[in-house]
Amino acid sequence: MKQAVSSGNPDGAEPAPVAASPRSVVSLRDVTKRFSNGTLALSRMTMDIRKGEFVSLLGPSGCGKSTALRIIAGLGRPSQGMVDWPASRIGRDGRPDADIGFVFQEPTLMPWKPVFDNAFLPLRLKGMGKGEARDRVMAALETVGLKDFAKAYPRELSGGMRMRVSIARALVTDPKLLLMDEPFGALDEITRQKLNDDVLRLWSEKDLTVVFVTHSVFEAAYLSSRIAVMGARPGRVVADMMLPRPEGREKDEGFRVSETYGDLCRSVSQALVSAMYAPAGEGA
Amino acid sequence: MEAVLDSASSDETPGLGRSRLLKVAVPAIMLGLTLLAWEVYVRVNAVPPYILPAPSLVAQTLVKDWGTLYPALLVTLRITFSALILALIGGTVLAVLLVQSKWVELALYPYAVILQVTPIVAIAPLILVYVSSTQAAIMICAFLVAFFPILSNMVQGLKSVDHNLLNLYDLYGASRWQQLRLLKLPAALPYFMTGLKIGGGLSLIAAVVAEFAAGSAGAGSGLAFRLLEAQYRLNIPRLFAALVLLSATGVAIFALTSVVAWLSLRRWHESALAREN
Repeated sequence: MKQAVSSGNPDGAEPAPVAASPRSVVSLRDVTKRFSNGTLALSRMTMDIRKGEFVSLLGPSGCGKSTALRIIAGLGRPSQGMVDWPASRIGRDGRPDADIGFVFQEPTLMPWKPVFDNAFLPLRLKGMGKGEARDRVMAALETVGLKDFAKAYPRELSGGMRMRVSIARALVTDPKLLLMDEPFGALDEITRQKLNDDVLRLWSEKDLTVVFVTHSVFEAAYLSSRIAVMGARPGRVVADMMLPRPEGREKDEGFRVSETYGDLCRSVSQALVSAMYAPAGEGA
Repeated sequence: MEAVLDSASSDETPGLGRSRLLKVAVPAIMLGLTLLAWEVYVRVNAVPPYILPAPSLVAQTLVKDWGTLYPALLVTLRITFSALILALIGGTVLAVLLVQSKWVELALYPYAVILQVTPIVAIAPLILVYVSSTQAAIMICAFLVAFFPILSNMVQGLKSVDHNLLNLYDLYGASRWQQLRLLKLPAALPYFMTGLKIGGGLSLIAAVVAEFAAGSAGAGSGLAFRLLEAQYRLNIPRLFAALVLLSATGVAIFALTSVVAWLSLRRWHESALAREN
């Protein structure tokens, strides 16, 4: 198992700059983010996210993993460096057209709208009519198992179901890239495992590329084909680990108690521990 | 009584039927007792009607003087509601402008505050000088009073939108108009309803106060004039009758705005939902 886990640069050395490969969905080049209060949230992050990968950004709080995700989504601009979309058409607003789905930490639903309208929102904002979008919205709701709850209001749903609506909304535009910002952090362990299985299923069914922010070693080890371990102060990538692809795990009831999974968790844990004691790079 | 209680307890949720009954019965019984005590006090002590009329006399006066009081009530209602509607439109429109641009907010907000903190009775004479119609002047006063709570609540509401929802709208490239119509205005609805409830009560109060200040008189005047007139003539029963009409109007406005708020928020907002544990 060990040989499949190739640890990147645990000593914090700068990765050599590489040209964006054509199979990259998005590539970050020396992305640095300094907030207006002077905090260096992200220091010279360079990373290529390739098509079909399930990348987890794993690290302690304050390591800039959410900041990195937001920058990829175009919600914040990097102070330095650039984000490139080698394989996408760029729209007028400088963002790739309809290529991103985003799932926030909270479900972030409009409480005054029923489930259907919440999932319909991205299409509506693109100017699509309700009748025209109905099939797509219902299909998205069906993939998360909420077809029968289209008329319910968010407050009538459980926390896990609200999160599913949020995922359906992110999927309704058929994005190439799904960005998830600690989506299941507030859920109980059982719901969380169920949703992890759902996300894995959607990832392989829909041929998605996923960037998943988490601080849970177990979640990252279960879901990812690749884990970027990040360190704090300043936020940076300390290790970039390639893992065996997680396809089909959601159907394998024994996987969560298997030795393979235990080994995976152990090596990811070790990488995280060394990340926390890694010296800060010169970028600080 | 027993039958009522029985049917209530045979309900699926026995507590609910009884509590609903109590909700109506307790205030109604309390009101009846108060009126009864008042009536008894007046009769036992033989209080003259120009000091304190009995409720029965007030009721009789209300019927007898309906021809005088009803047109006055209509005038007051017209002023109150046109002022409230103008304040709702004006407050909402200005709030939208204020949150759309920092510059507009910096430039205009001080005037809204100055208008609000200056006592309306003090501005009324000036407005009467500038506006030829007394009714219009009174309406402007009522508008000024009702306007500010609606404005400040709406500004607060429009600014209190969940930041992640704003991010979501940005992510999907929503236009400012879409963001306003689909996100900010619905999110501000509970705040608007608070403004409506406060503004509804205030516009009635202001309509009465402004009429006192304007000293309007004659056939086209509102209830405040009839109230003053009754006082000058020591027609205290009529004064009470006018007062009853004003209170009833206030209660009706409160009930109306509460129902509107409940109807518009009942599906989603915590304020309109019963807590279940």
